[in-house]
Amino acid sequence: MGKYSDNPAAVSALVQQHQVHRDTYIDAEIYALEMKHLFANTWVFVGHDSQTPAKGDYITTQIGDQPVIMVRHTDNEIHVLLNRCPHKGTKIAIDRSGNTGKFFRCPYHAWSFKTNGCLLAIPLKKGYADTDFSESEASHGMLPVGAVQNHRGFVFARLAATGISFDDYFGESLSSLDNMVDRAPEGRLEVAGPPLRYMHKCNWKMLVDNQTDTCHPMVAHESSAGTAIKLFEDSDWPDDRPKPMAMEIIAPFMSPYEFFEEMGIRTWPNGHGHTGVHHSIHSDYSMAPDYLDSMTAAHGAEKAQEILGENRHNTVYFPNIMIKGPVQQLRNFIPLGPDRTLVESYVYRLVGAPDVLLQRTAMYNRLINAPTSMVGHDDLEMYERAQEGLHVDGLEWINIQRLHTEVEDYSAAQVENGTTERQMRNQMQAWAHFITVSMGGTTEEAAQ
Amino acid sequence: MTVSRDDVIDFLYAEVRMLDEGRFSEWLDLWLEEGHYWMPLDYKQADPDLVTSLLYEDHFMRRLRVERLNGERTFSQKPKSRCSHVIQRPFIDEFDAQAGRFVTNTSMHYVETRLDEQFLLALVATHELRLVDGNLRIANKRVDLLNCDAAFGNIQLLP
Repeated sequence: MGKYSDNPAAVSALVQQHQVHRDTYIDAEIYALEMKHLFANTWVFVGHDSQTPAKGDYITTQIGDQPVIMVRHTDNEIHVLLNRCPHKGTKIAIDRSGNTGKFFRCPYHAWSFKTNGCLLAIPLKKGYADTDFSESEASHGMLPVGAVQNHRGFVFARLAATGISFDDYFGESLSSLDNMVDRAPEGRLEVAGPPLRYMHKCNWKMLVDNQTDTCHPMVAHESSAGTAIKLFEDSDWPDDRPKPMAMEIIAPFMSPYEFFEEMGIRTWPNGHGHTGVHHSIHSDYSMAPDYLDSMTAAHGAEKAQEILGENRHNTVYFPNIMIKGPVQQLRNFIPLGPDRTLVESYVYRLVGAPDVLLQRTAMYNRLINAPTSMVGHDDLEMYERAQEGLHVDGLEWINIQRLHTEVEDYSAAQVENGTTERQMRNQMQAWAHFITVSMGGTTEEAAQ
Repeated sequence: MTVSRDDVIDFLYAEVRMLDEGRFSEWLDLWLEEGHYWMPLDYKQADPDLVTSLLYEDHFMRRLRVERLNGERTFSQKPKSRCSHVIQRPFIDEFDAQAGRFVTNTSMHYVETRLDEQFLLALVATHELRLVDGNLRIANKRVDLLNCDAAFGNIQLLP
């Protein structure tokens, strides 16, 4: 037993409202506990159902450090199975996507499984006739996750067999996902190509924190956004020519502090929250007229205005994804170690909308989220410097105190000044809860 | 001016030398304004801008990239990166001296380094070149990374 295993009190003590101990970001034992508990007790994003449109289509991915397969079963439902043959442990699928037909077949000994995981057949089965095979866990087939929910195409799973329900976990925060889907005239999204894959030598929570950090863009991104504005001003761009799409995307990063203060931050229970309550860096994007027409035809003028008037910036779904409704984008912060994170950035097509919107969405992804991105470079530089700097002894706490009020209650939704670090506090309160709730035999009540 | 096959090949060698020596502003002048610098994200990707690419940069974005590299508050370039292209003799896939239109296909190994980190990319560059006012210029350039679908850290210069 180490410092933190089976010691929920020691883990909880790492999180105070206004500061967080560095061990949450750098300690290997804490990381192992996150994988074992936090990522098992929470609802984690798995994939979008348009990635597996036909029966037998699957993708391989992971929940925390657990390899999983998301697959469309013969009844058209999406199943999420642990990617391990119950026989010897071989991963059943290793390609990122494919179609397996009506069943999976392990390439090692040809055990086969239905696409809901049930054991279908074993060659030379008589070899198990006089054993107690039916009593063995291997006889049940591939292991399913604890629970799966497909919310309007977005598939989430909870590894733990019991725990908080999907609706209780996300509650009103689903309004951001709903808005993203509602922006499609046909009311659904389709994944547009493979994701960007960007390796970060830092803890996954640094990326999550940064999504609602509204005091860094005008500083860290001066070299890209500030330079873009200067270049544009010097270019004698004719007034009657539409601004370059790239300028629409990148220039708002240089908005002054007041802009971010006024845009607002909303937090929801269980660690979810978003920036851009009243307006955001996405508010002033140009509108394709035929898009407005098709939205009005689909929803009526009033509802269409309501959907398009919502311009939330970043919505964090705790623990590890962020979505941008107005640009149909999802970023998945996949933990690979205490100081290693893979960021996968997906974009989606609004079904029924003109291509120019997808063009902007794809451009946003490559300008901001790519390993070749001028914006991403400076973010990653900050994360990696922080990951190294956190090893300084004598200064062991990360400060998240901006606009902290004396007693904060995270159990109800709240809207605050857009530069508050309340959402970071909200995340870490949820972190302390969901990591300890299943530790050391304590019950949820005992941990609280 | 009559362009020879050697002129085309020399142009490509001169281009990567500019990049390796950090002469990015000169590199910008090689381009025709309407051209795109494209680096696909997917193997054999056909569409540059309705799915994500690693790069698909027009004149404005290329200039921004170079200005940023030269900038004072470019934190990810303190200290600066360096790069090296090792190129194989290009294939000249199209050679139309009369129209002043050329297409080449060049395999390269690209190394980029900063501080203690160094990485290697294998790539194929496809250039569309035009002869304009007696000078060869880049009309379009496509860079296909061999491992385009792998997870990368920062790629900060220009493969």
